[in-house]
Amino acid sequence: MSDKNLNKNGERESSNSQVQEPPFGGQGGFVSRFVPVNIENIDTDQIIPARFLKATTREGFGKNLFRDWRYYNDDESKTRADFPLNMSQFDGEILVAGKNFGCGSSREHAAWAILDYGFRVVVSSFFADIFRNNALNNGVLPVQVSDEFLQRIFLQDNNTELTVDLEQQTIRINSTGEQEHFDINSYKKTCLLNGYDDIDFLLSNKAAIETFEKQRV
Amino acid sequence: MTDHIHTASADSPLRGAGGATLFEKIWEKHVVKTIDDGPSVLYIDKHFIHEVTSPQAFTGLNKRGIKVFRPQQVVATADHNVPTLNQHLPIKEELSRLQVEALIKNCAEHGIELYGLGHPFQGIVHVIGPELGITQPGMTIVCGDSHTSTHGAFGSIAFGIGTSEVEMVFASQCLLQSKPKLMRINVDGVLNKGVVSKDIVLYILSKISASGATGYAVEFAGSAIRSLSMEARMTICNMSIEMGARCGMIAPDETTFAYIKGRKFAPQGAEWDKKVAEWKQLFSDADAQFDEEVFINAAAIEPMITYGTNPGMGIGVSETIPTTETINDTDRSGLAKSLAYMGLEQGAAIKGQKIDYVFIGSCTNSRIEDLRMVASFVKGKKKADGVEVWIVPGSKQVEAQAIQEGIDKIFEEAGFQLRQPGCSACLGMNEDKIPAGKYCISTSNRNFEGRQGAGARTLLASPLTAAAAAVTGVVTDPRSLPNPSAGGALDS
Ligand code: SF4
Repeated sequence: MSDKNLNKNGERESSNSQVQEPPFGGQGGFVSRFVPVNIENIDTDQIIPARFLKATTREGFGKNLFRDWRYYNDDESKTRADFPLNMSQFDGEILVAGKNFGCGSSREHAAWAILDYGFRVVVSSFFADIFRNNALNNGVLPVQVSDEFLQRIFLQDNNTELTVDLEQQTIRINSTGEQEHFDINSYKKTCLLNGYDDIDFLLSNKAAIETFEKQRV
Repeated sequence: MTDHIHTASADSPLRGAGGATLFEKIWEKHVVKTIDDGPSVLYIDKHFIHEVTSPQAFTGLNKRGIKVFRPQQVVATADHNVPTLNQHLPIKEELSRLQVEALIKNCAEHGIELYGLGHPFQGIVHVIGPELGITQPGMTIVCGDSHTSTHGAFGSIAFGIGTSEVEMVFASQCLLQSKPKLMRINVDGVLNKGVVSKDIVLYILSKISASGATGYAVEFAGSAIRSLSMEARMTICNMSIEMGARCGMIAPDETTFAYIKGRKFAPQGAEWDKKVAEWKQLFSDADAQFDEEVFINAAAIEPMITYGTNPGMGIGVSETIPTTETINDTDRSGLAKSLAYMGLEQGAAIKGQKIDYVFIGSCTNSRIEDLRMVASFVKGKKKADGVEVWIVPGSKQVEAQAIQEGIDKIFEEAGFQLRQPGCSACLGMNEDKIPAGKYCISTSNRNFEGRQGAGARTLLASPLTAAAAAVTGVVTDPRSLPNPSAGGALDS
């Protein structure tokens, strides 16, 4: 990410996740370049360190995404030139990361930080359970691909675009045409395509829940 | 007996018709309805909350203009952000204070019981639930915290959730959940002296890796597990999330019932008998089917310690740090980065590594049994020069008990600092942080980069191994030190 894309808070200018419509419903899929973070077992403490969890709102976490990998000694004037988020050649709304992404703490702040920074899709060959749910609950799509396909993506140059088609459940490397199917349960898919909300769904089931409570005592 | 992993393929005899697992028995009783090709609406019996992962969920409720649906099934405490010294004073750090104040306000508005700072029941959420008898067999339990898996030690389905899910449970006392695959980890045989439950779970992690149980609910079984106390079982289930598991659980038995009986919120009288009769049905049937089974030989386990930056990167304390050639596939690509962060060398011995801080605490190892174990081991010994030792009890009740038993005096004589309850140095969020570059041997559960403070280097170990390092100033096999107290930790 070059400086031109970052505002003074270290967030991307384009990051206004709170007002965006779900982007996955359109024709032709979601097309974007990607930012590769080729590291395995990225835990949520790296995605957003604990010291930034003191907020009581969901906004503003993007500037601290991967904080301790982006800066030396927690100093924003000392960026690590070798970390992909700091490299001007990489850009896009798709984060591509190594196996077992999002392990560790259940902090949803990790998903909030990823969204707030401006990513809408995370691609990895393996996701930790809680992170996967947290991402889905915030309109960030986790796309799980095979190890081989992940490595193919990492081999592409920085101008390559990926196409994520939620309707078809496919991800394609546009320059080579290589494509893979990904899994998502149909309930979550419907929610993401339409911007539905789990809480509305649960609230609409109140009567069934109350009946269940009465029956079990 | 050697360790081995048996994976059931789709058509293997492990799958197919058969009895029910412990997990399935509890799950089936909590399904309100199932969505076709989707998750189930799962009813939640108990919901624990704390200050860090709840404020945005309350805000969400307020935006919708609704109240918590079943506030009497929610229990709150403040643990992550609280100082562990001078808790009677206002919290100095402004953002921490605001978060704790938000919890107080939200709980008051929604009629939720809060065991906040100053309350005799305050403590780490996963310590207070069991010790108050709130955690019981057969329940579904959630909390916006990954170590909710701890409560599975009582034979419950207990798992961590995100804040959106906290809001769902607030709104409906239910969650949308897909049924996970099932794994059983069998630990059989007799543990060696000086080897405790933390070593068992670090050993399992070193075998199956930090992602080895992702997507699974894990049941821990076998003679070595059965022989453990409730507190030791909690240590194991606590770290099931470190294997990626959705939850960890152990079938309840007489040890479980004896632990719960008489606690503050335990059933009483005729209700107790009725409950125990129900709880006795909670076990995996002999012909129950698991998707995967792992077999561990308890006698092969020695005191464990981690050298890397995920909890699966552990070795026996007498072993050497793996090299690119000897390490398992899972951690090979991360080894160099991990060791660079840790300032350690491939192939080097871990024993003798200098330590700057010792942290004995966290929801993994801060219960009274842990403190007793450490006290019995260090009695008559002194901490090494240049080592800072923090003992942080998991709750006000643990703290009170430690003082009542005179354990505080033993720590004082050893030069250990007994602090006040909270998450403390388990995560670099409150005031208790390990400085950059310093080595901390810690009884907590995560050795991630920066977990205990930016740049901090964490070595995970049992309370005994941590205590041994406190005494010598270097990583030490606790079995190599004399244990003066008869019937002490090394003999248990
Ligand atoms: S002690 Fe550590 S792991 Fe446990 S709840 Fe607190 S921060 Fe989380």
